[in-house]
Amino acid sequence: MPELSDALAAAGYLADEGLATSIFLALRMPRPLLLEGEAGVGKTEVAKVLARLTGGELLRLQCYEGIDAGQALYEWDYARQLLHLRAAEGRGGSAPARGGAADARSGDGRGDGNAVASAPADAEGELYSPRFLVRRPLLQAIDRPPGAPPAVLLIDEVDRADDEFEAFLLEVLSDFTVTIPELGTIRADRPPAVVITSNRTRDVHDALKRRCLYHWVEHPGFEREVAIVRLRAPGASEGLARQVAAAVGELRDLGLYKPPGVAESIDWVQALATLGRADLDDASVEATLGSVVKYREDAERVRGFGIDKLVAAARSRAG
Amino acid sequence: MSAAGAPRPAVPMPPAGPMPAAGTVQVAFGRFLRRRGLDVPVQAVIAFTEAVALVGAERRAGVYWAGRATLVRRPEDLARYDAAFAAFFDAKAATVDVAPPPPSLVLAVDDEEADGPPDDAPDGDERDRADPDTVAVRFSRVEVLRHKDLGAATPEERAELHRLIARLRVAGAERRSRRTTPSARRHLRPDLRRTTRAALRTGGEPLRWHTREPRQRLRRLVLLVDVSGSMEPYARALVRFAHAAVLGRRHVEVFALGTRLTRVTRQLTEHDPDTALAAAARVVADWSGGTRLGDGLRRFNDDWGQRGMARGATVVILSDGWDRGEPDVMAEQMARLGRVAHRIIWVNPLKAAPGYAPLARGMAAALPHVDAFVEGHSLASLESLAEVLAS
Repeated sequence: MPELSDALAAAGYLADEGLATSIFLALRMPRPLLLEGEAGVGKTEVAKVLARLTGGELLRLQCYEGIDAGQALYEWDYARQLLHLRAAEGRGGSAPARGGAADARSGDGRGDGNAVASAPADAEGELYSPRFLVRRPLLQAIDRPPGAPPAVLLIDEVDRADDEFEAFLLEVLSDFTVTIPELGTIRADRPPAVVITSNRTRDVHDALKRRCLYHWVEHPGFEREVAIVRLRAPGASEGLARQVAAAVGELRDLGLYKPPGVAESIDWVQALATLGRADLDDASVEATLGSVVKYREDAERVRGFGIDKLVAAARSRAG
Repeated sequence: MSAAGAPRPAVPMPPAGPMPAAGTVQVAFGRFLRRRGLDVPVQAVIAFTEAVALVGAERRAGVYWAGRATLVRRPEDLARYDAAFAAFFDAKAATVDVAPPPPSLVLAVDDEEADGPPDDAPDGDERDRADPDTVAVRFSRVEVLRHKDLGAATPEERAELHRLIARLRVAGAERRSRRTTPSARRHLRPDLRRTTRAALRTGGEPLRWHTREPRQRLRRLVLLVDVSGSMEPYARALVRFAHAAVLGRRHVEVFALGTRLTRVTRQLTEHDPDTALAAAARVVADWSGGTRLGDGLRRFNDDWGQRGMARGATVVILSDGWDRGEPDVMAEQMARLGRVAHRIIWVNPLKAAPGYAPLARGMAAALPHVDAFVEGHSLASLESLAEVLAS
């Protein structure tokens, strides 16, 4: 366990004990890990760091409304299939026989071992071969090249997809097998590590949650946030990192519409470091406020609270 | 254990912890959590047992996190889990009881006399509604009931009305989905899959050009029901209306709005209206309490609305607009809601009262952001609300 935390840190991610335990269990049990939490607390980052850690390829499936199996699993490359048909026709070779009569086949028409006899079915076997298969992230995660380490599959913002897709996902995540009618069943030798994230715009279905380990990602504590910022923005001085983490902590207490996450802390430090600042001051906060606070009303609230007060509070909290 | 993509060197594991008869403690803890109101399926207990074996049972923190990852599935349950964990493993009673005993109020019983809103004396319950069409059927019992003010109905009438409300069918506005469906019309997005399939049958010649068109999808419907004291006579009927909506169509979310905001969608998925309402009453701690509408809306916007639940949705607020908070908060939150929602419909049971003007401060602040302002005091008005929702 502590070793995993260290390994995560070495790979660029500072996890608290809860998250480290969840990741550890997800890898060992093995089960998908469902991460929920505010935007910008580093949910997506977990998958990236896992990929770095395990050496597996990171396969990202960004969910959106209307996503379906064709975009998640596989699709046939229809345009190429059509072209192929036309080209074959032009060569007069392996085009499907007109009228479906049992023409003697010649040229490059392959039987494909499917024990099908009739000519149109033959043409089908040729068209529906791996050549024309467009492999989407889920299929890629299941069907690894021989010898490759298991992939890390990131299913991002699953709450954006619709219920039908969730049901489909549940099916795939239960046994990591995919059946393509034209090709047969593909089974994962070693299941991928799966990280699912959700922003909670709606409840993820209970059945899916039950398959997963669950972790609610919180904003980090002050010291951890300083450490994260230092790790991710090495160009900034320690003093600046501490002050920014303190200021962001203050901002989270202001009751903003969109309280800044760790991602915003990092952005802010980077913005200030780019401007060559080593300390927070009123003018630079005013100039860079847009990198932490993303709503006009929020910016007004911060100004109403007083940028000077914010800077003073941050400086004293940073110690 | 070999299948995991685990970082091999990083995780030398201690053997399973010295548990008395593997699993008994875990099972007991699962049962303990269930008694405390958490939903703990058997698979979760199995997963918990497995997880404890992996992290080792020696350390409190290890067991704690193993349990959190496997037994909890919603952030709302975290406080209860923490308290239960302390009570169970530290054998010390949790100081704060996070699960208060359910309030004795049972919604299903509609027997006590309703006292109207404080400012609104029961004004002539046989108010004649100037509707020429209904005059002819005035003697039909249902017809009379349809226009009866819910606040002025007798318990028997109300029971009957509730039955009628349960029968309402709530439709909803549609929007274009990003999913597509095969189309008979030309000049749309090509459907290469079907075209290719068809071409196979015609010797590789794509004779027939298949197309797809966007599907229509129901917009999400979000109902915010004011359950404060002033809404008491109407709230039950409106929650029943919400129940009918949840059962009747997809993509419905229901929240109870009082001094706090409580999501009751899950409770209302129960099929039987009485069971569903009793379940909802159990989770709403502030039934018939005060109102802080503006704050409630703010909570909704912060925790749910802005994240996506209200985006492009039809939002219905069922309230009399009495708000004891700051009107500025109300106006600001309504404006926020208005920027993400497709449509905001405000249902105010008091609107039907003769001479009603939206003077309640909250109502006045909210009105500029409302797309439709309708009454909701009677069955007939709820029927017309169902129609407004469908448009």
